[in-house]
Amino acid sequence: MKKYNHMELMITIASRVLEDGAVVFVGTGVPLFAAMLAQKISSPNLLIMFEAGGADPKMNRLPISVGDSRSTHKGVKATTMAEMMEFCQQGVVDYCFLGGAQIDKYGNMNSTVIGDYNKPKIRFPGSGGANDLASLCWKTLIVTPQNNKRFVKKPDFITTPGYLTGDSSREDSGLPLNTGPYKVITDIGVYGFHPKTKEMMLQSLNPGNTVEDVRNNTEFDILISDNVEKTLEPTEEELKILRDEVDPDKMVIGK
Amino acid sequence: MENLKSGKGDIFTEIDPDKMREIFRNKNKKQVNKLTDLKTAIKNLVHDGDYLALGGFGGVRIPTAAIHEILRQRKKNLGISGHVSSHDCQILSSGDCFNRCDASYIVGLEIRGLSKASRRKFESGNVKVTEWSNGALAWRFKAAAMGLPFLPTRSMFCTDTFKQSAAKEIICPFTGKKLMAVPALYPDIGILHVHRADIYGNCQIDDNLVADDDIAKASKRLIITTEKLITNDEIRRQPDRTTIPYWYVDAVIEIPFGSYPGNMPGVYYSDEEHIHEWLTVEKDIDEFEKFLAKNIYSCKDFAEYIDKNGGVGKIQKLLSLENSPE
Repeated sequence: MKKYNHMELMITIASRVLEDGAVVFVGTGVPLFAAMLAQKISSPNLLIMFEAGGADPKMNRLPISVGDSRSTHKGVKATTMAEMMEFCQQGVVDYCFLGGAQIDKYGNMNSTVIGDYNKPKIRFPGSGGANDLASLCWKTLIVTPQNNKRFVKKPDFITTPGYLTGDSSREDSGLPLNTGPYKVITDIGVYGFHPKTKEMMLQSLNPGNTVEDVRNNTEFDILISDNVEKTLEPTEEELKILRDEVDPDKMVIGK
Repeated sequence: MENLKSGKGDIFTEIDPDKMREIFRNKNKKQVNKLTDLKTAIKNLVHDGDYLALGGFGGVRIPTAAIHEILRQRKKNLGISGHVSSHDCQILSSGDCFNRCDASYIVGLEIRGLSKASRRKFESGNVKVTEWSNGALAWRFKAAAMGLPFLPTRSMFCTDTFKQSAAKEIICPFTGKKLMAVPALYPDIGILHVHRADIYGNCQIDDNLVADDDIAKASKRLIITTEKLITNDEIRRQPDRTTIPYWYVDAVIEIPFGSYPGNMPGVYYSDEEHIHEWLTVEKDIDEFEKFLAKNIYSCKDFAEYIDKNGGVGKIQKLLSLENSPE
């Protein structure tokens, strides 16, 4: 029997990226739990922010909305959305966490529509804060399940910028310099982006997965690093803290 | 210099700051009693065709009672700002009251899932939508609150969100860098739910303001629903706590639990059971019609809606959920 599930794996991998002293913008669910796990294990001074106005809360329960009262519990600030986005625009915020319905090889994401924009098959919420965060935070972390309907050649709509059309297109666009997708964390592996072409590249395979699995679950041609590593399994300590302290009600990691 | 790009979406509202200055000049700024009832306020201040901005954050501190009244009065052809519009979008989509929307977050209820009623509305092709990011819409309200026609920002470049927006690329006159100009958003009518207000419209809001301070200043007309009325003395004892001063406000209505089933920070938590019921029942159109008839159209006021969904017992549960120590 497996010692952990996909959710627990992705949360754990994401938590390891967040170094002590960093500033991270989170949504509720997986991103928040990754940040809380990081705080409890290696990064006690990780500063958590929510787009609705909450900064540095000491949460005792999972907020159901990123703007509800739990997201400011014992925080240092409860303010406006404009001000939160201004923190990002100023360059204060290191990381943001995003997901989406579709992603392409440059890390551009769709959370707006499936089908024709003017009469969509499925209307999703749209950008929300995603476009701002991916534009303005230094590094974008993307956490998503991987399959070839999500990892597509051409998203139906580009809601949120990754590296646009690759190479220098992002820095030429007007977006703040030296920003962009940093890592994509899925149930299959962990990906970075080629330093020059900005195409997505496999960096490490999660336990039990192969390069074949990566290719079968990706519609675009995906780069494979010369030295693909093995993702470290969640440790017993990580799993214990995640299950007992971060998500004791099993809201996200499942029963 | 390369070509500067423009979004192709519509701007639904006036952006000329001089026209808006005339409107704000002519607003009555006397500190007079603005206390009224919800029916009267919605009847007199929300007109068919108006552009409406709602306060709060989707399921947090939204003016639910006022939105129900808009449906009951069967207002038509409204424009709406879909700025983190979740349960509010769901209620509005259940009526036939709007036909255009500035969308930064619509249709979804965050981790609870998508609203089928909102999806039906927006997938029908009958709503004109202009796309934005949450930051862009917040800054559009801010530009209006500052009395400007636009603000420069640094997001949305080179995405379909930009293409379907009404933003424009511009060049910074100081640095030569490309910036994104977002047009001011001056709503015809703003409706906010606050923690405390006096009869003149001086308001105190606790916890996240979201965009309420800017919406208050940006709107041509403003309705305040408040959990609680307080005296003018209490306002004047702590003027630094005044989020919205009286001269922006046209009507004040006291509606305890007026954000139910949303969360009112520090007062009551959201009624997740009831929100789940909405998300479930709206999948079946006939069942949903009955649900709306029971919960909105047949209710004489908001208190009746709360009574039908658990009344005092339910409210007590939500009060203690919000305020129990750990």
